[in-house]
Amino acid sequence: MLAFLIKRIGLLIPTFIGVTLISFFFIRLLPGDPVIALAGERGLSPERYAELMRNFGFDRPLYIQYLQYLWEVMQGNFGRSIATKQPVLREFWALFPATIELSVVAMIFAAGLGIPAGVFAAVKRGSWFDQSIMGAALVGYSMPIFWWGLLLIILFSGILQWTPVSGRISLMYFFPPVTGFMLIDSLLSGQSGAFRSALSHLILPVIVLGTIPLAVIARQTRSAMLEVLSEDYVRTARAKGLASFRVIGIHALRNALIPVVTTIGLQMGVLLAGAILTETIFSWPGIGKWLVDSVFKRDYPVVQGGLLLVAVVIMVVNLIVDLLYGLINPRVRAR
Amino acid sequence: MSQIGAQNAEEGIGTDIPDRAPRRSQRRQQLADFWYYYSVNKGAVVGLVVFAIIVAVAILAPLIAPHDPVLQDRSALLVPPVWMEGGSWSFLLGTDAVGRDIFSRLVYGARFSLFVGLFVVTLSVSTGVVIGLVAGYVRGWVDALIMRVMDIILAFPSLLLALVLVAVLGPGLVNAMIAIALVLQPHFVRLTRASVMAEKQRDYVTAARVVGAGPIRIMAMTILPNCLGPLIVQATLSFSNAILEAAALGFLGMGAQPPTPEWGTMLAEAREFVLRAWWVVTFPGLAILITVLAINLIGDGLRDALDPKLKRS
Repeated sequence: MLAFLIKRIGLLIPTFIGVTLISFFFIRLLPGDPVIALAGERGLSPERYAELMRNFGFDRPLYIQYLQYLWEVMQGNFGRSIATKQPVLREFWALFPATIELSVVAMIFAAGLGIPAGVFAAVKRGSWFDQSIMGAALVGYSMPIFWWGLLLIILFSGILQWTPVSGRISLMYFFPPVTGFMLIDSLLSGQSGAFRSALSHLILPVIVLGTIPLAVIARQTRSAMLEVLSEDYVRTARAKGLASFRVIGIHALRNALIPVVTTIGLQMGVLLAGAILTETIFSWPGIGKWLVDSVFKRDYPVVQGGLLLVAVVIMVVNLIVDLLYGLINPRVRAR
Repeated sequence: MSQIGAQNAEEGIGTDIPDRAPRRSQRRQQLADFWYYYSVNKGAVVGLVVFAIIVAVAILAPLIAPHDPVLQDRSALLVPPVWMEGGSWSFLLGTDAVGRDIFSRLVYGARFSLFVGLFVVTLSVSTGVVIGLVAGYVRGWVDALIMRVMDIILAFPSLLLALVLVAVLGPGLVNAMIAIALVLQPHFVRLTRASVMAEKQRDYVTAARVVGAGPIRIMAMTILPNCLGPLIVQATLSFSNAILEAAALGFLGMGAQPPTPEWGTMLAEAREFVLRAWWVVTFPGLAILITVLAINLIGDGLRDALDPKLKRS
């Protein structure tokens, strides 16, 4: 296991270097001179320009600049936002819990519905239930989620008036963030109705973000389950006279879940991409909306740092998934 | 399919290989087999019909659309669809906030979406397959380098990378398409490389080499045709992905720019009318969903017909 771990982490190093290269060159590929862009409309004297170039290190060779950048990044220095003058990393940490909360609840929603739906579809293979579940999954998989979000807003916020349109919690409630997760913080605050408010703000974004993973998980669970159900050990379990739910729920499902776990892990990257759209629609103050806003405000240090941080998060998530996969499926480690 | 390779070997060394393609009757038989497996999947047939209709609409757009898609009619702002109170037969699906006919915009929008899919798939398949062939055939440090670069591209969420690329290149449909092609291309590299590595060990490749075929001939003429199945399936999925991502970029304001009647851009313009005029929002999204769904249905059918290994049981 340790050898597997070391090998897997070793593979990450070149990827990490590549990712830093991309985020480093991103800012240099942008049209225009960064120093002039920083100066804004007032303009600069040639002396001041040269001084700034020296201060930022732009007068040094490119590879030195890159090494400098890498060194700063390794120390957790991702630059400062032009708009807020805050360190990028601090802004990231302030907004990250909102995205994590949204993604984790969306994943619970997707797995919680998708796995049972896939299992039932496999068990009742060919029935109208199976066909409608798979039809719905294909529609979900093809869904433009930004449109789906708008539709849900029209129905639940507009016509039915059940849920709020945007934000994480009603402005009526205010409490200092403890964990950064609104559901937990609202409970800790002890204010009556705060948790309810946080939950009602969360529900539509979760459905929107969870739709595609839900569809993928349902399809994957169904096909993994179908494969497992035709295995000899399932027949043996049936022959022993075990109750049907025991055969399906324990003997079959446990093995069918192995590929599903990988799918769930790989969907985390999809979720982070989906968060860009979901957070924009619902004005959810997380990483996705922050990055989109920064692209539009041309706050390039934020885009640069955020791009790198998001890539690192995805790399870490993928590493954890691989390790988990190695734990539950010993055959992988041998490879 | 490996009988092609066997044929090569039979031809013997030094002789010019005359006609490598299977004879016409054989090809017809293959096509019939393909259609047999494809048409078992009823959804795939429906998808194909719907897709054909969308293609026809896109081609015949000037004949079908009753209005100019960018023409603003100040006397008809936010007119509801025809079946609602206040609707008018001259605006079937209503008008948007500046009085443009939504139906006509959707009809023209089909052109953009199909063009995006076609352009992105052509670009990402052609580059991805060539890079994947080289990586899988040459191996060694070339392969390692290529695969690390692909890992790096895959380390970013695709939409974020496309968004940033468009920020660098400047917003617009062409730049959005290039960005999406770049983001989708690693899938083709990986897929081609994996198939090439599997096929390279087979006897018919060795046979071709013995006959004296050069590496480029082996890569392009001997190995590639036998890796086509999974590639076609992946290309279909990428087609629908490209349409979705282009619409998402348009929705974020980074794709096609107004007043282009691109479906995602139409949704972006409609956002502020979400609670006032549902039709402005509903129809462009429905158009995206139907198109993407039709293509994904086709993809499922193709997978059943072409790629027995991936077949959904």
